[in-house]
Amino acid sequence: MNILQRQPVWLTTLVSFAFLVIGWQLLVTLGGYQKFILPGPLDVWRQMQIVAADGRLLRHSLITISEIIPGLLIGCLVAAPLGYLLAKSPLAERLISPYLIASQAIPIIAIAPLLTIWISSVYWSRVAVAALVVFFPILINMVVGLRSVPAELYELMHVLKADNGQIFRKLEFPAALPVFLAGLKIGATLAVIGALVGEFVQPQSRGLGFLLITARQSFKTDLVFVILVTLAVIALSLYGLVALLEKQVLRWKLQK
Amino acid sequence: MSSPFLTAVNISHTFHDLPVLENISLEIQSGDFVALVGPSGVGKSTLLRILAGLLRPSSGEIHMADGSRQEPIGLVFQRDNLMPWRTVAENIRLPLELMGMNGREANGRVQAMINLVGLAGFEQRYPAQLSGGMAQRVALARALVHEPLFLLLDEPFGALDALTRERMGLELLRIWEAMPVTVLLVTHSINEAVFLADEVLVMGSRRPNTKRPATITHRIPTGLPRPRDLAMERTAVFQDCVTAVRAAIESGV
Ligand SMILES: Nc1ncnc2c1ncn2[C@@H]1O[C@H](COP(=O)(O)OP(=O)(O)O)[C@@H](O)[C@H]1O
Ligand SMILES: [Mg+2]
Repeated sequence: MNILQRQPVWLTTLVSFAFLVIGWQLLVTLGGYQKFILPGPLDVWRQMQIVAADGRLLRHSLITISEIIPGLLIGCLVAAPLGYLLAKSPLAERLISPYLIASQAIPIIAIAPLLTIWISSVYWSRVAVAALVVFFPILINMVVGLRSVPAELYELMHVLKADNGQIFRKLEFPAALPVFLAGLKIGATLAVIGALVGEFVQPQSRGLGFLLITARQSFKTDLVFVILVTLAVIALSLYGLVALLEKQVLRWKLQK
Repeated sequence: MSSPFLTAVNISHTFHDLPVLENISLEIQSGDFVALVGPSGVGKSTLLRILAGLLRPSSGEIHMADGSRQEPIGLVFQRDNLMPWRTVAENIRLPLELMGMNGREANGRVQAMINLVGLAGFEQRYPAQLSGGMAQRVALARALVHEPLFLLLDEPFGALDALTRERMGLELLRIWEAMPVTVLLVTHSINEAVFLADEVLVMGSRRPNTKRPATITHRIPTGLPRPRDLAMERTAVFQDCVTAVRAAIESGV
């Protein structure tokens, strides 16, 4: 354990990944599973090369990504101002928050069909599902971030005769940013789930969700695995991007 | 005598159903150093917030010398003073930024304050990298960088160890003597109040067995000469004054 802990992260990740793949292959070989029940890593690798070569993987991935990113952005654009309103106005909080919390009790998979009824565009209904999933964690983190601003700093801004714009730019925004970015990291991975749910409900002929459904219907389980891996890579990349942004913006947090 | 810097007339304040301040009247002369003492929870911070214009009293009035009401004041709290995402220099520059002062003039003033409070070399540090005493120096520098006429300090050294606290008190005096600023210091240390101030205001209740609502029960001039030094703490004048303030606090509760 100690030896592993002293190694760089990429190395430990590589080692654990190697163990996972070997264990997986062993399970398939020893268990004697058929390919359509549990394909081995080699089957998946071969299938990945096929769909990569014929361009299907990239095409459907780009479509799904083009739903994830706007979903994430729209979710933020709606949640952040609403979070600001809830944090600043006790009345708004009392009026709105019961519904927000109640809405979280309904699984997204139950709301998504409604959205496809209301939004006729296949693309935008999927974006809407992604945005909806992202919305809540961003909202909560926005509220928590703003609530964490010490009363003393507000009082300081008031005695210095700061106007509301200055209070937002110089106090609230930077103070809430760390918590907001933490919410954005969660939101980035949730947006992937949201887009996929949107594609399941509205699977017309494109996107990784569509590909997944057709792969399952034709028992191409190795292709299902390729898509799962691709989705994981997309989610991890988005998470990494936000983490990188966080590192840039919050340099003050990294000092000793 | 010229008109006082600040006059408070019959200030009373009630939080919801809790009467905290009752009929407080006080006068502070321009350039004075006034300390406010009293048991915790008596309403010192509430009175300071009212005088700072942060809280509107339930009743009563505050008059200030011509124009001083519009001037931004200086304010230091016991903790949570600094913005953790700003460096020392950036924290101190905040009041100037809010006034729209930028560039060389702002930099010059910030650097002068940094030198005055002895933080040269720490300009680029973040608050998390500072000791408690250094953080309060930054807060003090920020409170003075825009050259306010009125400096309000709410237990600014309350979280510091005794030695640091004593040194900060001396520095505060040195700075106050160099600047035309009127100071109101809230503290729970009687020694600190007597050592630093011209006059000690004691808060307490006139009613038996309760500290609320509170008023100013005593005003005790310290009578110590200036400039002050630590040796004065051993003089009879100092000791008598400390005894008087302590008796005033005890009789008030
Ligand atoms: N914003 C507030 N709302 C309600 N009660 C308050 C508020 N601020 C202070 N109090 C109450 O007023 C009393 C005086 O508080 P404070 O002025 O902070 O005392 P001190 O600074 O002397 O310790 C306390 O009982 C406190 O609980
Ligand atoms: Mg207090």
